[in-house]
Amino acid sequence: MSVEKTTPGNIDEKLSTIKYKPDEKSHLSVINQDKCKDCNKACTFFCPARVYEWDESQQTLIIKYENCLECGACRIGCINQNINWEYPNGGFGVIFKNS
Amino acid sequence: MNNSTDIIIIGAGPSGTAAAMILAQAGKRVVLIERGDFSGCKNMFGGAIYTTPTKEIYPEFWNTAPVERGIIRHSYALLGELDGTTISYDKQSSGETYEAYSVTRAKWDRWCAQQAEEAGAVLVKETLVKEILKDGNRIIGVKTDTGEEFFSKIVIIADGVNSILAKQLGFRKDIKPEHVALSIKEVLSIQKEAIEERFNLSDKTGCTYTIIGGPMSGITGMGFLYTGTNTVSIGVGVSLDDLQKNFLKPYDILNELKKHPILSPLLKGATLKEYSAHLIPEGGFKTIPKLYGNGVMITGDAAMLVNNVHWEGTNLAMFSGKYAAETAIEALEKNDFSENTLALYEKKLKNSFILKDMKTYEDVVPTIEKNAEAFLGYYPQKVNEFMDMFTTVDGIEKKTKYTGFISSVFKEKTLPSLIKDGIKLVKLAAGVFVK
Ligand SMILES: Cc1cc2nc3c(=O)[nH]c(=O)nc-3n(C[C@H](O)[C@H](O)[C@H](O)COP(=O)(O)OP(=O)(O)OC[C@H]3O[C@@H](n4cnc5c(N)ncnc54)[C@H](O)[C@@H]3O)c2cc1C
Ligand code: SF4
Ligand code: SF4
Repeated sequence: MSVEKTTPGNIDEKLSTIKYKPDEKSHLSVINQDKCKDCNKACTFFCPARVYEWDESQQTLIIKYENCLECGACRIGCINQNINWEYPNGGFGVIFKNS
Repeated sequence: MNNSTDIIIIGAGPSGTAAAMILAQAGKRVVLIERGDFSGCKNMFGGAIYTTPTKEIYPEFWNTAPVERGIIRHSYALLGELDGTTISYDKQSSGETYEAYSVTRAKWDRWCAQQAEEAGAVLVKETLVKEILKDGNRIIGVKTDTGEEFFSKIVIIADGVNSILAKQLGFRKDIKPEHVALSIKEVLSIQKEAIEERFNLSDKTGCTYTIIGGPMSGITGMGFLYTGTNTVSIGVGVSLDDLQKNFLKPYDILNELKKHPILSPLLKGATLKEYSAHLIPEGGFKTIPKLYGNGVMITGDAAMLVNNVHWEGTNLAMFSGKYAAETAIEALEKNDFSENTLALYEKKLKNSFILKDMKTYEDVVPTIEKNAEAFLGYYPQKVNEFMDMFTTVDGIEKKTKYTGFISSVFKEKTLPSLIKDGIKLVKLAAGVFVK
């Protein structure tokens, strides 16, 4: 496997093609931040929208829920079952127009 | 909407919309609830819809539905690092229609929902069902994100792969990472004429690629490409388990794939129109949940009904929706919504291609997943090495080259491991073709 690592800018460019109607309130939250500290942070890799980012100085997981594509991967893939995952309320969230 | 009806359907994807239309056509009162702004706006797929099953639900759909290109070619590309072997099967249409059509979900699902509405179904958009309401062990309705409650004699759950609601009912356990693939895709704008020239297509015809190897070498992943009218969709689906364990970013894999020398000339000058992501159920037959209960049935992706070896899902979704609708019609006529009556739904699935195909393919994905290194890494690479040797003209005696190739295989793999892999392949093939 030879996969070149992207710069963060690249995914931002992809996300900029998507229409969103973000709710004021996040539909995603971490249940226990302490569990994230000892975790391998898999969610910061596999999330296709780079919603999760580890803040080293604050030792917390940042959640950019506005970018979420509602795929559900983190709900299943968080090794500690540590994400409180819901769909955004009706009408909010991602709006795919061409997929 | 009035607070009570005959049937509530949750999710206006291919499964829910087909069920709603059939019920409405039979004169039943049906409410179809969708969380999106419009049907299709939360959904993505490869993708193509298949004409034979689709026309049973929507006769002559090709005349009015938003279809793009008629598929006349399926190509399978086995990619090495820089080389690749592509096998293509071409079949021009002999009549008015094509075997499959490329579509986008934003347009297709919306069209399907319109058909249901025209038949008399009530479509409620921008509404998330949060909870299934029960009375004892009987399902009696739903509660939405605004706290409103709606009641019905039967609830059909067609809420897609994540099916939070089937889980809530305890009909299925939480999905494991090895039972789903995370898929992402890019819809790329390319001029219509350029698509036709590059892919050797006419004005109305299209093609698809299934892609193995390349940046997905050795992991359980497949790429896909579909031509639209003036777009090309290219994407990858990788087992969530593999992404998680190898710390891979799905978009890194797709970026790499787009750069592969076999594919990059096809995408030259393209601009990104939309990026999207979705899960694909991969668990197959063994992960199918409990399909019905008192006053409830589960259809489509929510029931894990996908044949992912063939990128088939919409047909299973529509047909399971159809069977659930037919079962509901019988139940309404008998005025009996018990588990006993709704068991007919599972019977119909068992007698159809749906559960038969699911059974036939039950071992394919687990075997490939367990042997990804060999089946999706080593052997595809050897195919390319063989083609390289076979096509290179270099003054070395052919026989020496062939012996060299064969001995390289034996050097890299022990005889017992080759035999084992061979047996696995034969078993898989026998499972699929002979069962
Ligand atoms: C990458 C990829 C490629 C594919 N390629 C193909 C292909 O080429 N051909 C093919 O036939 N199949 C393909 N499939 C499979 C196919 O897309 C699915 O099997 C099919 O869409 C399943 O239909 P469904 O109606 O069961 O679920 P979905 O299409 O997922 O629809 C579910 C609907 O329910 C809504 N919903 C969910 N929860 C709620 C709730 N609580 N309240 C209200 N609404 C809710 C969602 O917004 C959604 O509209 C592909 C899938 C993927 C991911
Ligand atoms: S994978 Fe789960 S536990 Fe680990 S960092 Fe992410 S959210 Fe936290
Ligand atoms: S649902 Fe998908 S896109 Fe949203 S945060 Fe989870 S992994 Fe990322």
